[in-house]
Amino acid sequence: MNDTARERILSRLDAAGLAKERPGAVESPAPETWRREEKIRRLQSQMEAMRTEVHVVEADRWIDRLKAIVRKREWKEIVCGAGSVIATELQSAWEGGGDGLPKQVFYEERIESFKEYLFTVDAGVTSTVGAVADTGAVILWPTPAEPRTLSLVPPVHIALVDADQIFVSLDEAMQAQGWKDRMPANALLISGPSKTADIEFTLVFGVHGPKEMIVLIKT
Amino acid sequence: METAPSFDFKKNIEKALSDAQLRKNLRSAMDILVAKRKTVFPDADMLERLRTKGNALKRNALIQLPRLLERLEANCTKNGIQVHWAETAPEANGIVLEILRRHDAAEVVKGKSMVSEEMHLNHFLAENGIDALETDLGEFIIQLNHETPSHIIVPAIHKNRDEVARIFCEKIPDTPYTENVEALTAIARKTLRARFARAKAGISGVNMAVAETGTLVLVENEGNGRMCTTVPEVHIAVMGIEKVVERLSDVPPLLRLLTGSATGQVITTYVNMITSPRKPGEKDGPKEVHLVLLDNGRSRILADPAFRETLLCIRCGTCLNHCPVYVRIGGHAYGHVYPGPIGKLLTPMMEGLSRAGELPAASSLCGACEAVCPVKIPIASLLRRLRHENVRENPNSVVEGSGVGKNLAETLVWKGWVLANLQPALNRLGVKGVSWMGDRLPRIGPLKEWTSVRTAPRFAGKTLHERIKEDEIVKSRNWDGKVKSSRCKARKF
Repeated sequence: MNDTARERILSRLDAAGLAKERPGAVESPAPETWRREEKIRRLQSQMEAMRTEVHVVEADRWIDRLKAIVRKREWKEIVCGAGSVIATELQSAWEGGGDGLPKQVFYEERIESFKEYLFTVDAGVTSTVGAVADTGAVILWPTPAEPRTLSLVPPVHIALVDADQIFVSLDEAMQAQGWKDRMPANALLISGPSKTADIEFTLVFGVHGPKEMIVLIKT
Repeated sequence: METAPSFDFKKNIEKALSDAQLRKNLRSAMDILVAKRKTVFPDADMLERLRTKGNALKRNALIQLPRLLERLEANCTKNGIQVHWAETAPEANGIVLEILRRHDAAEVVKGKSMVSEEMHLNHFLAENGIDALETDLGEFIIQLNHETPSHIIVPAIHKNRDEVARIFCEKIPDTPYTENVEALTAIARKTLRARFARAKAGISGVNMAVAETGTLVLVENEGNGRMCTTVPEVHIAVMGIEKVVERLSDVPPLLRLLTGSATGQVITTYVNMITSPRKPGEKDGPKEVHLVLLDNGRSRILADPAFRETLLCIRCGTCLNHCPVYVRIGGHAYGHVYPGPIGKLLTPMMEGLSRAGELPAASSLCGACEAVCPVKIPIASLLRRLRHENVRENPNSVVEGSGVGKNLAETLVWKGWVLANLQPALNRLGVKGVSWMGDRLPRIGPLKEWTSVRTAPRFAGKTLHERIKEDEIVKSRNWDGKVKSSRCKARKF
């Protein structure tokens, strides 16, 4: 049944005389080149405009900054990927909570059994594979260690960006990282907390995705 | 299958025009969207280059459409996405139903998809005992109120906060009345979260599908799309066949055009690129991903070199935002799935001129839509072409109902007009008549509304031709210096 629909659609398309059209010339403007400082600055300002809390920290001090952020919030538990690089680094520095710090929980189970917990936890921490400065977004490629819902379900998403992995544009990121030959199951650009303006164009943050987003740029 | 009630366009228009609240809402909403677009594209030259590029990319995709669809299917299948083809909306509905039944999914969550509106999917699923809950806030609001979307991008734009407050209070259990927009959004978040957590399947549309990698690209601000396509164990994506693009590198410019034109953003909160279901070792993501490719008349429209440009559309909605007709009547008045300028093209093309022949006439051909279309669809010319098809029988037309709008009175008027301009004697008579009667025309009858608010011109006693002859104002000469005769050639129509 399905094959018939497929064959009929394709044969109608083949008979439509499409190949007679002249293809259009696709020009690409010369790409922008920004220095590292400029890329960091642009990423920060674009994301802050979309209500993201952005911190620029020295690479070896990110855990201290995270601790400071987290203590202020009085969270009970935060979730990170099990076996991820972050989890390992955090674990040694966190040592099981206390001292005003929330308990560290690892996303070890499948979503089917972890779902109920995930919908109640305070925050999720993920790494990123880069960021895009011109539009202000971080790039996530979820992995077995850091699943997709880690950056989606908890009401706060904390993302770690390596300043050396900030690209000027999505185009540059796709080329530099060779996306077309290795697309993951799910690739994401995230530019801030979830939002809507569907009611009278009044902008409200925190709809179905996280209500808050915190980005730590490690220099 | 098509159970829409008979479509009284005139009545819809009158109703909309006399609804002061609707007009006020629409005016302010469209003004906001127009301003946002201007702000996000500050450089006119850059925008123009981007539009040219968008047009070229989409055209090139249409030119290669059958091969790209095959490539998309091959890559999707290789990555584990199951691809289905449907010629008609009922076929597509059947495919979706079969997948849902296989998984015993009685409740599904849905992201916004205009193709699913074309399919009347929610209604079909409800008839078959499946509850499809809209999760985009605007769609959620209108679904509660049993309405259809009035705009492609902001479906509840015609609703005020007090109307939303009343809908939530009445239709969602244990909900107090509040007009606070933050509180209303929080109510929606709470209500929908429970559904995201337990739905067995999620349905979404597709903004663009990349043939090169077998990737589905979806954009959104709220996070409901990611919820629908990530949490449930089954994800079904429905897509019109024209949404395929060739390369991954086509995505950035088209995204920029789409988000800038639709909501005035440089980027949406989320850009979600799906290439496969949950891979071994991964802890979340749907176990099954299905892609339903819908034709519904698109392959027929593609056979016409002019009409095929309609399928460049990336569904941004900006033509609606700039249209002087849309801002005055709103989306519901159009009576079909797609409103606004693009709707006036798509509806007659898909449903035929017998049903929708009046739509292309509801335009002043001002061309504002064309000037802003991110992929440069020549909307005004195509509207004129459809009007032409409406009154001239064309046995080769790709559009059903060509010639259906032809009527004796109009034909006679136009024949008379041609005659009066081709026959010199008739022409002179007609002109004399106008110069004699013109100033004496009473302001009554069909022209009253037009003449009552304008100052009429004064008609001269003699025509310009007569004055030229009498006063010998101008003599035109041939190349050999001889004076040209003053007769002009009649043009064939």
